[in-house]
Amino acid sequence: MTDAMWAGTVAVTGHEGAELEAYAARPLDSAPHGGVVVIHHMPGYDAATKEIVRRFAAHGYAAICPNLYSREGAGVSPDDQAAAARAKGGVPDEQLVGDVAGGAAYLNGLEHANGKIGVIGYCSGGRQTFLAACSLQIDAAVDCYGAFVVNSPPAEFPLAATPLISRAADLSCPLLGLFGADDQFPSPEEVGVLSTELDKLGKDHEFHVFPDAGHGFFSMDRPAYRPAAAVEGWKKVFDFFGRHLAA
Amino acid sequence: MCTYLTEKIRVDGAAKGASGWFTVTDGMVYIDHPYHACQEHTVNIDITNPAEGPSARVAIELTEEAALALVEAIHKALAAAPPGLAAAARRSA
Repeated sequence: MTDAMWAGTVAVTGHEGAELEAYAARPLDSAPHGGVVVIHHMPGYDAATKEIVRRFAAHGYAAICPNLYSREGAGVSPDDQAAAARAKGGVPDEQLVGDVAGGAAYLNGLEHANGKIGVIGYCSGGRQTFLAACSLQIDAAVDCYGAFVVNSPPAEFPLAATPLISRAADLSCPLLGLFGADDQFPSPEEVGVLSTELDKLGKDHEFHVFPDAGHGFFSMDRPAYRPAAAVEGWKKVFDFFGRHLAA
Repeated sequence: MCTYLTEKIRVDGAAKGASGWFTVTDGMVYIDHPYHACQEHTVNIDITNPAEGPSARVAIELTEEAALALVEAIHKALAAAPPGLAAAARRSA
C-alpha cells in the first residue's frame, strides 16, 4: 500500500445535466476504495472543505466535493458564489439531491471503486446529508450539526430550508450524527427528537453530542473549533465509514 | 446555524471590488459566520450589482462595535455637511 494520492478539480454532471466544478481526491494504490461525497457548508466550496476531501483520500477513500454553487458562474470566487446563492435563498433540495447523485456516480466510475458510497456534510450540509440519505440509495451518511431536520427555521431565516423529519422512513443507510451540546441549530433537544423518531422507525443510527462544543466545532480555521470534539468526531467518522464502506 | 434576518436595501452609488469600480444597486446586511474575519459571528455587509454577476460585490465583515461605529461615523459625517449635499437628487447639480 502506498499513501500517495491524486487531488484536483474535476467536472461532474449534476442535477438536470448541469456541469459542476468539483474537487476530488483519491489514493493512488490499486486497492478497492469506498467513495465519500462531501457536502460543503453554507460559506461554500472553500479551502477548508478541500482539505476534508484530501483527508478522506489519505484514509483510503476516493472523495469528492461538488461545488453546489457552480451555477453562480465559472471563474467566480467561491465566497462571491456563496453570497449570490445565499441571496437567492440557498440551494433547492431537489437540485442538491441531483448534485450529490452526480458526485456519487463520478466516484463509482473510478477504476478502483468498490461500489460503496458514503455522504458527509457540515452545517447546512448536515441537513443536506440527511436529505440525500432519504432520497438516494447510499451506504452510510454522516450529519455534522445539520439544523432544520426536525424544526422549521425562524420565520425571518433567509434560506428556504424545510424540516425533513417526515422523510425519515426513507432513510436508506446507517446514519452517524455528530453534534455540539452548546449548539442551538440544532439544539440537543432537536437531536433527541430525531433520534427518538429513528428509533421508532427502526433506522440504524448513532448520535454523539459533544460537551463544550457548539456549531462548527470541526472548523479548524474558525473560532468555533473544539479540538477535543473534532479529534473524537473524526475517529468516529473513520470508524463508521470503515464499517459501512468496506467492500 | 447562523442567521435570522437579512436586511436588503436598494443602494445608489459605486464601489471598488476585485475587478475595479462598478455601479452598485443592492445591499444586504446580516449577522452570520464570516468568511474571513476571525470571529464566530460578524455583521456582514454586501454591496452588489447582481446584474453584473456575483463578482460585482464588495463584502465587509465587522464586529458589532465596529459596525455601530461605522453607522455613527456616517451620521456624523452627514450631519457636518449641508443637508442634501450628497443626495441622489443633486446628481445633475
